[in-house]
Amino acid sequence: MINWRGAYAIFWHELMRAFRTAFGSIIAPVLTTSLYFIVFGAAIGGRINEIDGIPYGAFIVPGLLMLTLLSESTSNASFGIYMPRFTGAIYELLSAPVGVPETLIGFVGAAAAKSLILAAIILATATLFVDYTIVHPVLAIGYILMVSAAFSLFGFILGIWADGFERLQIVPLLILTPLTFLGGTFYSIDMLGQPWRAIALANPIVYLVNGLRWTFSGTSDVNIWLSFGMTLGFLAVCVGIITFIFRTGWRLRD
Amino acid sequence: MSGVSTSTHRASRAGRRPLAIAGPPAILPPVSEPILDIRGLSKTYKGGLTALEHIDLTIRRGEIFALLGPNGAGKTTLIGAVCGLVRPSGGTIHAFGQDLSTRWRSLRRRIGLVPQELALDMFDTVSRTVNYSRGMFGCPPDPQRIESVLRSLSLWDKRDAKLRELSGGMKRRVLIAKALSHDPDLLFLDEPSAGVDVELRRDMWQQIGELRARGTTIILTTHYIEEAEEMADRVGVINKGRILLVDETRAIMGQLGRTEARFTLETPLAALPAALQSFPLALEDGGGLLVYRGGDGSGKGKREVADLTRALVAADIDFIALETAQSSLEEIFVGLVKNREKAA
Repeated sequence: MINWRGAYAIFWHELMRAFRTAFGSIIAPVLTTSLYFIVFGAAIGGRINEIDGIPYGAFIVPGLLMLTLLSESTSNASFGIYMPRFTGAIYELLSAPVGVPETLIGFVGAAAAKSLILAAIILATATLFVDYTIVHPVLAIGYILMVSAAFSLFGFILGIWADGFERLQIVPLLILTPLTFLGGTFYSIDMLGQPWRAIALANPIVYLVNGLRWTFSGTSDVNIWLSFGMTLGFLAVCVGIITFIFRTGWRLRD
Repeated sequence: MSGVSTSTHRASRAGRRPLAIAGPPAILPPVSEPILDIRGLSKTYKGGLTALEHIDLTIRRGEIFALLGPNGAGKTTLIGAVCGLVRPSGGTIHAFGQDLSTRWRSLRRRIGLVPQELALDMFDTVSRTVNYSRGMFGCPPDPQRIESVLRSLSLWDKRDAKLRELSGGMKRRVLIAKALSHDPDLLFLDEPSAGVDVELRRDMWQQIGELRARGTTIILTTHYIEEAEEMADRVGVINKGRILLVDETRAIMGQLGRTEARFTLETPLAALPAALQSFPLALEDGGGLLVYRGGDGSGKGKREVADLTRALVAADIDFIALETAQSSLEEIFVGLVKNREKAA
């Protein structure tokens, strides 16, 4: 039987940690994303033509939101589990009546919840600089939730895999951020000529950005079902890896 | 033999006053009611190091059990295997009569662990981290219980302090508070006195005594033999992953404990007088040193030395100096380990 109190304790403790470190966890990403909106949305966006019939300022909103979701979900979850490993406080988690479900609800749930809160703040902030609409609001919330959960799971795995702070930063900085920038955040991949368009389609982030963009504007560069399917598939793979980690004790138990 | 004898010796060595902790119960529960039953437990790490080799160990409900051993003996691995930090390579562990490998979720709620390292989130506050521990072990919030735990460990005034602001001793108290927050029936203390000052060690012993009085079973590992000698009902000696000996502390002292008294005589004796023949005595240093070697760790040695002193006075044998020493558990332990190594 699941230890619900244990799961809630971890969830709440992790969520509160974000508010205790509000500048790094909330204010910094909101400020960074707002700068993008100011520069690319308000300042330059007015001089750029519409893309797929959408004003440029509104076009970049889903991509920038995705950029924040991916990096923050990954960072929050990876730091959430890496820090107890680093300090040794992981002993308590391992000796507690806490298994895969409690851990996922606690650590991954908190990381995903932080991302959702961030997403709400960023979308509210975006209204100050650009005009945008959300065509499918329910699907948009669902998609944001799914991406946050998937990349929080990914971050959790990263936090267990990492054996130093450097490794913890490598994936978000050297893989996720470049792929997101190249994944159609600031442009439609239809604007690319071959072979760059074909290469861009090999970037999985393209499908995530376009999936979210579809919920905002109803347009997408790629098949929307493929986007949803890939996100769900990624989420399932992460859950599988975490189950394996807990069953084998990989990097957790000697 | 180490130091000068008498029961106050251990107190003076640690610079403390004798403790009034709850003593061992007169009759220990029978072995047929174990709270922890370990059978054939083995652990070989990936690198090939065998940390535990077919360990069989039964812990009785309500006792304080001290696990003694040198560094690398397997003490922490053994605790880790029971508490879920280490994956055993073989063997079984039953806690509260149930298989720990299958019923771990319900059984771990009843087990507490105080680790050796000060493994804490240093940016957290005392109150928050202790409440967090209670919640993680599935217990509902109970501010009164947390207050009681913090007060008992003299942490209440520091409840809002960040852990990084606390001294090392205070941090160790926080670790204990975290382990006690969910009221465990079985508590593991891995080197509880490591790196703490004398006063805190005394307080901790007091706390451990009170826990036992409330019925908590305690298993502790320690390098401080006096800790085991002072508190433990039973002692287990482990070395190189094998249990060398498990017995009641008093029994070990009884079997292996020795008292030595050295009387420097004013006038050397050529032979032992008939009045002293009943004592285990030897004349050394050309008859100028009368040496008593006896006792069984139960106090018999001290009584006999007192009797011998009176006998010397009665026999008009003057002595100008008296030096006594009592073998400690530490010496017994070192001797055991050396003997086993020689045998191997």
